[in-house]
Amino acid sequence: MAETSGTIMDERGNEVLTFGRQGFGSIDGRSNGWWGTMTLLATEAALFVYLLFSYYYMAFHYGRTWLPAELPSFTLSGPSTVILITSSLTAWMGERSVKKDSRGGAVLWLVASLLLGAVFMGIQLKEWSDKPFMIDTDSYGSLYFTVTGFHMAHVAVGLLVLLALTVWTAVGKFDSRRRDPVSIGVIYWHFVDAVWLTVFFTFYVTTHLFQP
Amino acid sequence: MWQHLFWIFAHPWVYIIVLPAMGMVSDALPVFCRQPLVGYTLVVIATITTMILGFGVWVHHMFATGIPFMSLSFFSGASFIITIPSAVSVFAWILTIWYGKPVVKVPFLYFASFIVMFTIGGVSGVMTASVPADFQLHGTYFVVAHIHYVLIGINLFGVLGALYFWFPKMSGRMMSERLGTWAFAFIFGGFNLAFLPMHWTGLMGMPRRVYTYPEGAGWGWVNMTTTVGSFLLAFGILLVLVNVWHGLRRGKPAGDNPWDAPTLEWAVSSPPPPYNFATAPVLASRHPLWEDRLPEGSGRSSLHHGPLLDDGKEAMLTTVLDAEPDLVVKMPDDTLWPFLTTVAMTVFFGALLLHLWTWAAAGLGAILLCMLGWLWPRDDLAQTSKEAHHG
Repeated sequence: MAETSGTIMDERGNEVLTFGRQGFGSIDGRSNGWWGTMTLLATEAALFVYLLFSYYYMAFHYGRTWLPAELPSFTLSGPSTVILITSSLTAWMGERSVKKDSRGGAVLWLVASLLLGAVFMGIQLKEWSDKPFMIDTDSYGSLYFTVTGFHMAHVAVGLLVLLALTVWTAVGKFDSRRRDPVSIGVIYWHFVDAVWLTVFFTFYVTTHLFQP
Repeated sequence: MWQHLFWIFAHPWVYIIVLPAMGMVSDALPVFCRQPLVGYTLVVIATITTMILGFGVWVHHMFATGIPFMSLSFFSGASFIITIPSAVSVFAWILTIWYGKPVVKVPFLYFASFIVMFTIGGVSGVMTASVPADFQLHGTYFVVAHIHYVLIGINLFGVLGALYFWFPKMSGRMMSERLGTWAFAFIFGGFNLAFLPMHWTGLMGMPRRVYTYPEGAGWGWVNMTTTVGSFLLAFGILLVLVNVWHGLRRGKPAGDNPWDAPTLEWAVSSPPPPYNFATAPVLASRHPLWEDRLPEGSGRSSLHHGPLLDDGKEAMLTTVLDAEPDLVVKMPDDTLWPFLTTVAMTVFFGALLLHLWTWAAAGLGAILLCMLGWLWPRDDLAQTSKEAHHG
């Protein structure tokens, strides 16, 4: 492993700086990409805060009459939520396998996350087509499809990221230290799942909690 | 709801406009006082606090729209509290001048008057933060006066001072002090002549966003003063533009450090070489060029001896609080991928606007391919298990 280290002297021969063996390049989740992704996630989180603020604002102002006659049910959304949380667990296992230099395990766990994510998307599409309203029916429909639509876009991006990571892992691009893309992709996937929990809580849980 | 969404965005936005200008003043005002910024740590904490509080005060733009009492009280309180960190910065700047030996150059004129504008804009802000006063003042010229004192006073004066301050570093030439002083006189005089009377027009009840008013309202001479002031201000801005143009063509050569400033950018030539420093400088204090005269810090900074970092584009990553060397990171090198990505994005968004769905799909596909190429893990950037050899 390439490292760099040394002691820097000034023109009078005084010691200016001594540093030990430095890591080099993208290593141990400390790369620029990691911090860049953190700021991206903060921005994306702000977007969802705005969207959910809009939902709660309307819901508090107009009460039960604003919600659709048939409240969002748990029949499909319950299982799909469990599936998405499981996909986060498998993605975490995938990252762990990369850290342990277990290439086969990593590919297996990443493929599992991909499949679970795809199933979530399928269930969500079914749920969309079952809705009796459209995005332009009323303000509830508009918010429902905008919020879940933005979330679906993030799931789609996450699946593409996982796909690329699976291929790169399979061809041996990463080892236990040089694995920043995996850590970055997986933290993004965790973020997508966390956002879903807030969306799920807002659209599905609160409507049943605060029934008049 | 649209008003809420607008102000949740737009109030933090005004802080995003003013905070960088406040940072410029905190950076450059001490140079002309020959004295480090008083209460540096407090000013940093105050700046961060202002930004955080700035996310929780948006409703004070909407006091007059029929808001529940509880909400009025909360947002009024939050808006009052935000004056505390602002006052910390103001007193830090005043004390920096007080303890220092001011060198009155054009940037100093702008920075010093910035403090006055900040105070006037801040006080009219506190007045409108109070709900009963705001019911009276909302929608009048008082608010117009307030917004101009904060936006022009806090942003434009800070930025103009910073322009005069960093122009020599950017261009290698000085801007004329004489023309600069004249321009400042017109801008400062014109601005205050235009906007100080607006407080009065507002208190007399003149509504904003009207283009005419009845003859007998008694606002005529005040508005005439404003008109005269705005022309003087515009002329002053014109002088600044002339000053920039003249400075670029005929300005005196600036040298490395025309202001005798303490910070790193003044240690290199003006304009700086593309690589900034041949070796990464090692710093022992916040004022590496003033270390001979300031009794602070431990040891001396080394500007010309440091890690070489010459293998491609590299930078030293340091720990957050102690700035100890932590990691040598590889920076991205010149590549076509970002450019190709933006071309693909242009196709994608353009096609969406024109409802050309096939083109949009092609553009989206091209974006994804470009991103894949851009982010492909590279051995020579030490992103893969087969990183390049490094000496």
